[in-house]
Amino acid sequence: MTHSDGSQSALRRRLAELRGGPDVPPRPLDARALAALAANPGCRRRALLDGAGVDKAALAEALGAPAPFGQSQFAFARGNSFEAKVKADGGAELIRLLCASTGETPPEPGEVALPDLSADGPSGRTARTRLALAPSRAGDEAAAGTAEGGTAAEGGWALLFHPMLALDVAGSTAYLEPDAIAVHPDGSWTVAEIKSFPVLDGSADAAKVGAAARQAAVYALALEESGVTGEVREQALLVCPKDFSNLPTAHGIDIRKQRAATRRQLARLTRLEEIAAALPRETVFDPARPAPELISAVESVPAAYAPECLSTCELAFHCRDRARAAGAVESLGRSVRGELGGFTTIDAVLSAAGAPHTGGGDAAGAESGQDAGAGGNAGAGPGADTGHAGAGSGDPAAVALRRAARLRAEALGAGRTDSRVTPCR
Amino acid sequence: MSALARMEAAAAGLAQPRATVRHRRLAERPLVFVPLTTAGEAGAPLGAMAGTERESPVLLVVPQPRDRDLRFAFLARLAGVVLPHLESAQDEIEWEERKETDPETGKKETVQVELCVDAPQLIVPNGPGADFVRLLGRSMRFRRTAEEDPEGPYPAPPGVPLLGRWLTLYGERARVPGSSLLLSMTELLSRHWATGQSALEDQHLGALLAWIDPPEGLSGGEAALRAEVGRDSAGQLLCPPAGPATDPAFDNRLLAPAIDRFDARLPGAEDEVRELVASQLRPAWDAVWRGIDLLRTLPEGERVTERFKRDRWSYTAHRDRVRSGEPPQPRRDDAVTAAAKLAQREREQARLEAQEALDDPLVMAERRFAGEAFAGEVTAVEMAYSEGKRAMPRPLVTLSTDDRPHLGGGVKVHRALVEGARQSAEFVRYETEGDGDGDADAPRAGDGTGTGTGDATLVTLRLTSGMGRGKEPAPGTVPEKGERLCWTLFEHTPRGGPELPEVEDTPWTHGGPPAEPAPAGVPAPRGTTAPGAAPTAPPQPPLPDPVTSEDLL
Ligand code: SF4
Repeated sequence: MTHSDGSQSALRRRLAELRGGPDVPPRPLDARALAALAANPGCRRRALLDGAGVDKAALAEALGAPAPFGQSQFAFARGNSFEAKVKADGGAELIRLLCASTGETPPEPGEVALPDLSADGPSGRTARTRLALAPSRAGDEAAAGTAEGGTAAEGGWALLFHPMLALDVAGSTAYLEPDAIAVHPDGSWTVAEIKSFPVLDGSADAAKVGAAARQAAVYALALEESGVTGEVREQALLVCPKDFSNLPTAHGIDIRKQRAATRRQLARLTRLEEIAAALPRETVFDPARPAPELISAVESVPAAYAPECLSTCELAFHCRDRARAAGAVESLGRSVRGELGGFTTIDAVLSAAGAPHTGGGDAAGAESGQDAGAGGNAGAGPGADTGHAGAGSGDPAAVALRRAARLRAEALGAGRTDSRVTPCR
Repeated sequence: MSALARMEAAAAGLAQPRATVRHRRLAERPLVFVPLTTAGEAGAPLGAMAGTERESPVLLVVPQPRDRDLRFAFLARLAGVVLPHLESAQDEIEWEERKETDPETGKKETVQVELCVDAPQLIVPNGPGADFVRLLGRSMRFRRTAEEDPEGPYPAPPGVPLLGRWLTLYGERARVPGSSLLLSMTELLSRHWATGQSALEDQHLGALLAWIDPPEGLSGGEAALRAEVGRDSAGQLLCPPAGPATDPAFDNRLLAPAIDRFDARLPGAEDEVRELVASQLRPAWDAVWRGIDLLRTLPEGERVTERFKRDRWSYTAHRDRVRSGEPPQPRRDDAVTAAAKLAQREREQARLEAQEALDDPLVMAERRFAGEAFAGEVTAVEMAYSEGKRAMPRPLVTLSTDDRPHLGGGVKVHRALVEGARQSAEFVRYETEGDGDGDADAPRAGDGTGTGTGDATLVTLRLTSGMGRGKEPAPGTVPEKGERLCWTLFEHTPRGGPELPEVEDTPWTHGGPPAEPAPAGVPAPRGTTAPGAAPTAPPQPPLPDPVTSEDLL
């Protein structure tokens, strides 16, 4: 993933243009966004907008389809107070939890270095972090950056709270801020994630643990590519409140799989240069622009909508509207799409099934091209597919659909007229 | 096929049926429970609406969710509302016979045991609501009241630990497929209707109802969108989420300032919080009752009663355990109980799938589509007998079907006869029309290009059971030419399961390996215990959760 300086800065300039000019600051990509990006690597729209640092929430608002996200201040307060508790006493509790999980001997209080990582701007903070990651090797420099006299002794413990890591994503740099990284005496690192969902009787919500593991994996990747020689431990430390209390408990979670998957998927992301090159020169995603202009800008980048987007992407309501207007089967769920082989639109499926069209629904309206203003690929796709499906009436998928429709109609007829003569008794 | 139903719904702008009968029991008087939690607080309750009367829900509110005393007051009042309902069916019983092994003689003998005639029902709005019931149960059942433990800090109000045990039972039982003790409305509705949106979006009760029963002048899709994202001029959702989580905009703009005013002891602040919480609960409360109305329009499936009997067994066993002074359910199942529960769920899943298909032609249609069942008209019956000492009737029945079952040598098929009887048969061969000796390897000549109605197949089966014990089949047990039959490739009753629950047979305290033999001489309360329960000394009660000044819940 190396670039010549020329193409790098050209890309950076191009992305700034897309964002609305050099005055619009890029929105930093966080690990949550990256993990979500890796979960839907097929979506170029998201890759480009995230890569260019467009504020997607503001964009969604400007498009008239605001994001469903928002954080309750209660959750926020709870998260902060828990994190503060875990980090209290110079990280003594965190180190104790870590050692309990790895079997290492905890250091005496005060023997854990807490390097100061503050600096101006993300690249400064990244540089500071890099130094702190190798305290023994960086020698004097690291010591100079160490706060409160807690000089990292050769082979000592160090805790990096809110360090900053840089990761190259599809040709642009993402800055990431893990909750904490521990440097072990042997020089290896553990990524620590502090979450405020509880571990109840030793088990926690699997979906949330999974999300935390994917985030930790993103940090681990960024550590590997930080340019500092060192080894990231295979287990990340997940710190959560225990049962119904505010007391922390910690579990090592193996992130090897997530790391491999994320690496693979990030590599699969289409390079931003390519996506950007396919756009009209004047495309801009500045939320300050008028809505119609923004809509056509957004629609000029192909998307890959699925209902899962609703919980991971700020643009979901917009993309969902488009997918529904186009009658795309994906809007009904990925599994639905999987069951249907080659069909991509609801209309195509229903006409192949020979099902009676029950009335002028949304899909029918979209097919007649009423949303010409949208332009874009979402509109072009279905037309072509409908043609294909119509030609292939002998195709096994169409035959199966007709059977399904016939069986369904038969059963509904039986069920509706007189349940006593149902054929299946 | 359910994908097809979703597409029909999307095109029609209205939900389409996925069932023609109701596959779950709806009690005459269910208790509807709509809980709300505080965001990020590990399930600290913020309030709830509960009750059996649609017009007069009981509103319970915790004006400051971080205050332990207020939380306990909430739980105490919740116990006041919910416990009487859950305990209401304990005393009306009938007698059932079952086989039990006498612990002394080791002989099997028939004993009379009590079975509660009814088991009260709880209905929550959605899946997370059911999870919250489980969480509440967990948080309460290890509490100690002042009476149980006069020394302990922060004693729980009376009734709270007991409610915790009941809610744990209901929460656990909800994981058993086909159970109707604790139901979530979104699951109920999406079992019976297919909407024009994804399963993920169906978890929003307001949107789901909008598809099934849209208001005048709106299509299902439009109404669902309004339910999901519509906001008033103050930025509040028109249709607040059905809990347990609240909308962040509500928390930040309305609730947090009101709670601050309550903390500052401003007059009227408590009422203000109550009203705010009620404003979020009431729409979900009404939505659940609307859902109940919609479900009542479907007639109950025939085999629902049989499944409900299992719920009654479970309810009765729990009652007995509480009465005999057993400790609350453990924090974690031991390996044996966990394995038993898993096996039970798998078995009940198979039973549920079979029974739903038998009760409902639309569900059967899905199985037929999948090649797991087939229907057709009898074209020929040929009497035949088994060889051997005692010749038994083994008639050959040929039927013509448009379905494409996955039949092959030796495959067994089943059909339901009147009054719960069953008949089995085995696949013999496919016939080609006009060729009596058709061979089993050539099912059909069609290449799948037919229109789906003209390519009937002739299937010959040999009936193997369900004809009585005589040398000649009992009257009416052998189908006649022209009769329409439906055969399934799956069994109607999953194998290995007696007609009674088993997990409940193992008291919680007995799940582990039998390391400590039960001390002899402790009489078991015969006739009222869960069947199979051997006498034991009451084990050490589990320790309560450690309490700290910062606990939630
Ligand atoms: S919501 Fe739209 S932009 Fe976001 S990931 Fe989904 S398809 Fe891509």
